[in-house]
Amino acid sequence: MDIDSLKAKDEVVIEQDGLQQLFNILKRDGFQTVGPTIRNHAIVLDELETIADLPVGWTDVQDAGTYQLEKNDAETFFEYSLGPHSWKKYLHPPEIRLWRAKRNNGGFDVVKEKNRTPKYAFIGVRPCEINAITIQDKVFNTQEFFDPIYKLRRKKIFIVAVNCSRPGGTCFCTSMNTGPKAKFGFDIVLTEVQDQGKHYFIVEVGSKKGAKALSEVNYRNAEEKEKNLARRILEEAAAHMSRSLEASNLKAIFYENFEHPRWEKLAERCLTCGNCTMVCPTCFCNNVEDSNSISGNSAERWRKWDSCHTQDFSYIHGGSIRSSVKSCYRQWLTHKLSTWMDQYGTFGCVGCGRCITWCPVGIDITEEAKSILEENFSTSS
Amino acid sequence: MKVATKDVTSTIPHLIQQFQKETHDTFTMQLAPSDSNGQFYSKPGQFNMLYVYGVGEVPISICGDSGDDSKIVHTVRAYGAVTSRMMTLKKGDWLGVRGPFGNCWPIEKLAGRDILLAAGGIGVAPLRPVIYYILSNREKYGKVTLLYGERTPSDLIYRSQIEKWRGRLDLEIYVTVDSAREGWRGDVGVVTTLISKTRLDPANTFAMICGPEIMMYYTIQELMEQGLADDQIYISMERNMKCGTGFCGHCQLGSKFVCKDGPVFLFKEVKQLFWKREM
Amino acid sequence: MQKSKNNLAEHPFLEGLDPDLLEVFVSCATHVHYDSGQMIYQEGDEANQFLLIRDGKVAVELFSLERGSLLIQTVGSGEVLGWSWLFPPYRRRFDVRAVEATEAIALDGVCLREKAEADHRLGYELLKRFSKVVVERLQAMRLQLLDIYGKHS
Repeated sequence: MDIDSLKAKDEVVIEQDGLQQLFNILKRDGFQTVGPTIRNHAIVLDELETIADLPVGWTDVQDAGTYQLEKNDAETFFEYSLGPHSWKKYLHPPEIRLWRAKRNNGGFDVVKEKNRTPKYAFIGVRPCEINAITIQDKVFNTQEFFDPIYKLRRKKIFIVAVNCSRPGGTCFCTSMNTGPKAKFGFDIVLTEVQDQGKHYFIVEVGSKKGAKALSEVNYRNAEEKEKNLARRILEEAAAHMSRSLEASNLKAIFYENFEHPRWEKLAERCLTCGNCTMVCPTCFCNNVEDSNSISGNSAERWRKWDSCHTQDFSYIHGGSIRSSVKSCYRQWLTHKLSTWMDQYGTFGCVGCGRCITWCPVGIDITEEAKSILEENFSTSS
Repeated sequence: MKVATKDVTSTIPHLIQQFQKETHDTFTMQLAPSDSNGQFYSKPGQFNMLYVYGVGEVPISICGDSGDDSKIVHTVRAYGAVTSRMMTLKKGDWLGVRGPFGNCWPIEKLAGRDILLAAGGIGVAPLRPVIYYILSNREKYGKVTLLYGERTPSDLIYRSQIEKWRGRLDLEIYVTVDSAREGWRGDVGVVTTLISKTRLDPANTFAMICGPEIMMYYTIQELMEQGLADDQIYISMERNMKCGTGFCGHCQLGSKFVCKDGPVFLFKEVKQLFWKREM
Repeated sequence: MQKSKNNLAEHPFLEGLDPDLLEVFVSCATHVHYDSGQMIYQEGDEANQFLLIRDGKVAVELFSLERGSLLIQTVGSGEVLGWSWLFPPYRRRFDVRAVEATEAIALDGVCLREKAEADHRLGYELLKRFSKVVVERLQAMRLQLLDIYGKHS
């Protein structure tokens, strides 16, 4: 294939040098390349200078409430699943100033923030994460209103996705129909293959932007057997998920089981630490903080991530509507699995498993959903 | 498909043209619209997020005549830090405004009906635009009744306006207070007791209720006992709001965002969510 | 007499009462009129009467030394006022004052008490109707107690 004929859905092969070239091209074109890297014994998302910054040769072992890294025997670039960070940290930043105000002649002027939309290239986006981004698109870009911070960042990103050849310890993407293979939403998607001493990536083009970037890289045609191998790897991954969630009746969790006794049991375990809301790639709740300088000459408004697990989340004059642990956890789970569907037409959950891994007491939402639905506790309307 | 174009995250300073104290803790402000045409268009029931410089922002219903786009009117009761500070402002000061947000009372599509407005406390303010609308289109509506309950006579607002409206023969107004000092010649008793005095025609009456949730709860019960169905009653809900646009997640009531699916709801729609403990 | 009977029969409190029982009420009834501001009952007075308000408005008041007279309830046309006459010690618990010029029918409590003891059918009708009023007043009073418009922290 030559430069002009690379288009969406084409599959080619690149090797390690090709991957580094891709990095270089993205950097040359002004993208900040961000992706998985190791920090403090975990794989987090941060700036990547070269492909050597990726967790080469590392894999992760995850289960409810546990996370550990292990070296594997190969020099793989993407043989791990998800860490505590998700791409929302770039699209919907944990802390950001919305505007400033300055006093003037008895009143005040509002100074908007300017020129602060970075151009990111997301390296190593998993298919479930593409879905998470798509879900947040629906939250922040509605028919009536849009969030300018999210919208502008979203517009500029370049997505290098990676299909999952190995399901993580807490993943259940197949139940939520979000993986392990990326079907949409990427500029380029890679499937890493190690086969009889050979190490290469099957690359599928997802967009014109992706085709253009790829055209400047050393690639060759993908042989049929290579494509088939990649396909088989992903099928194997899909068949070996550690857990599952029956998604057909999740609405009933909220609408018919508001008084289910399981919520009390959950409340005995949940610490309302809010980890689940911080690591969840679709949780978007945030708070605004107004402050002013000591002199009073200037004021600022900041937006920060918030969590429905805090005491004050539902506070109105007089008190909080949801102040018990039970009601906070119930709000989170019923929103994620049930009411989100009424609000946005999708589930809020993509099956990434982060909330299971990072819950200090190991609460597993697939187990909880199953327990609740197994014994439908309908209250009469 | 409608595409949003307006940035609604930055507040816009507005001049306070008039500032009037109504009671010891309630005040009314008139703001000048900030756009180049000097116009601000809203519908009855909508709200603005009002920002007091350096202190914070609160959602406050718009309570002026929605047919007059040359001014923005807000009546505020001082409850917390922001509203208490707001009460110290005066004519000539500036207030940040974002909005209008929310949906509206469906008064336009209730032509031909009898309308019952039940207001508890400061809840009379978000209902006032409905009264203005009805009075501008009086012939379109049947019997129109306002029930207004407050704590004590000194907490009543819009008194002179209500007196003027009382003088009209085509508007029935009942005012009651929870307790009063000697000299009060109006009713004393909770607002729900006024309902039986109104002799409403349940088949043709639509009610709009606004007030503390507990007042709305008992008013709804009384109205339903009088024969109104759950799709004849509209309520205005209130929840913790930070953004007003459905982005911060705080105001959720079940699957509804009170800031954009509400604040006005048909009771039938929220029956399962209303008055549910820790919903 | 006929006029009294009609007035009584029309009053919502006696709606649906059998004609022979109505006669008993008629025999214990008198018309009364109060001017605006006139004191009707005082706390501590003997309670031997209750009122069916036909037109106007009266207020139930509590007197406190620091706060003066507090109006805690108004009763208007079509409503009934006064149940202290039903049970010993037959004493008024509150002041009652006419807020507006008021027309009412006063029922003789002593007379009705005696007749109710003799005729339990009458007794049942009386108590049935009064309990309904008391329950409604109690429910309304609870809401007033909650001070729903007040600031709560």
